[in-house]
Amino acid sequence: MNVTLRVWRQASNHDKGRMVAYGVEDISSDMSFLEVLDVLNERLTMADEDPIAFDHDCREGICGTCGVVINGIAHGPESATTTCQLHMRSFNDGDVIDVEPWRAQPFPAIKDLVVDRTSFDRIIQAGGYISVPTGSAPDANTVLVSKTHNEHAFDAAVCVGCGACVAACPNGSAMLFEGAKITHLGMLAQGQPERNSRALSMIAQHDDEGFGACTQIGECTAVCPKGIQLDVISRFDHDVLSALLHGDR
Amino acid sequence: MAVSGLIMMLFLLAHMYGNLKIFSGRAAFDSYAHHLRTIGEPFLPYAGALWFIRVVLLASVAVHIYAAITLWRRARAATAGRGGSRYESRKGRGGVQRTYASFTMRWGGVVIALFIVYHLLHLTSNTIHPGGASASPYVRLVNGFGLWWVVLSYTIALLALGFHIRHGFWSAVADLGANTSVTRRRHLNIAATTIAIVSTAGLLMPPFAVLFGWVG
Repeated sequence: MNVTLRVWRQASNHDKGRMVAYGVEDISSDMSFLEVLDVLNERLTMADEDPIAFDHDCREGICGTCGVVINGIAHGPESATTTCQLHMRSFNDGDVIDVEPWRAQPFPAIKDLVVDRTSFDRIIQAGGYISVPTGSAPDANTVLVSKTHNEHAFDAAVCVGCGACVAACPNGSAMLFEGAKITHLGMLAQGQPERNSRALSMIAQHDDEGFGACTQIGECTAVCPKGIQLDVISRFDHDVLSALLHGDR
Repeated sequence: MAVSGLIMMLFLLAHMYGNLKIFSGRAAFDSYAHHLRTIGEPFLPYAGALWFIRVVLLASVAVHIYAAITLWRRARAATAGRGGSRYESRKGRGGVQRTYASFTMRWGGVVIALFIVYHLLHLTSNTIHPGGASASPYVRLVNGFGLWWVVLSYTIALLALGFHIRHGFWSAVADLGANTSVTRRRHLNIAATTIAIVSTAGLLMPPFAVLFGWVG
């Protein structure tokens, strides 16, 4: 199959950037989207042109590094699928495919499709952890965790921090990312001592980074490649309200 | 936004109930309007309870609009002023699962705010009286809704209100922590749609009843 990729090209953060169309021929429908970018980059390199810069790592949907907005939808048309796991059988011969980076002020552009997501790192550093005293390990099974909480926490823990939620949110909010971490840690016994301070620190850092506020539109969960559900945001809201009401910090 | 919105919604449901007294005839409706001003007498002064409600509503509206502006500014800052349409691609502009209601919260809110001013001038302060003024609330109402363009203006505003409530109720309860599972999300959305439809229909019944001659 042959497709036309309209790719966002931006030389640096200071460059205004623009969409450039490239025709890519002889694509196998079994290729992943990133493999198509590789094929295009090979051709550009051979022609002494600047190849397209894009983030990628594991290429198996688990690391959260890759991520582009394909035809206006973060990670493309398939649900619960990362860009690296999106295959060309999801497109038709002759399609024109728009490829853009995540767009949000807290994700400053670096080059082409690469954006700076260290704002996510700072949010996690602000409170997305548990504090564990050093010393000998506790005896096994002294801390009991119910199976339901265990599973729910794990469903939230699978967030890979890719940033698709921010890319899709009309408000530019990172609440799904925050909520996933809050829910993951807040559902487990080990997360209880710092539950209130975690909620307040993380929301403060989120707001400081310049992410927008959540208005429960739900685009985030619709594009999340790991299927994080919207209830994580409600749980986050509950923890913030609880912390404010009880004066715990 | 959630708390102020829910306070205003509670008022709206009570107001809708009161409006439906139009179907009990002029005496019942005018009596209801008079008794709104004598709630709690002599413990409270004349119209005391009503003024308390008005102050609470005014405060709610102020908080609601202030919060809306704050959220709007933050969203603008986070998306370089372009919001949901910040991508070059013209495809996917409608999002993956966005409801029309969530799209139109801000402009819908503006329409509702302007409508409330118009509505208060019409039926509360009797400043504008299309169809004819009267000391009787029932007669004022019937005079106004006998005109097709008054009914049209109320209909447009109430449809905007219906959409606003559809997303507003859902996001209010979700923001307050109620959305705790996938099933719960579905149920809350059904509840939001139901409340929106019931409110809109219930509030539209008096204007259309007058226009079609079932009342007055």
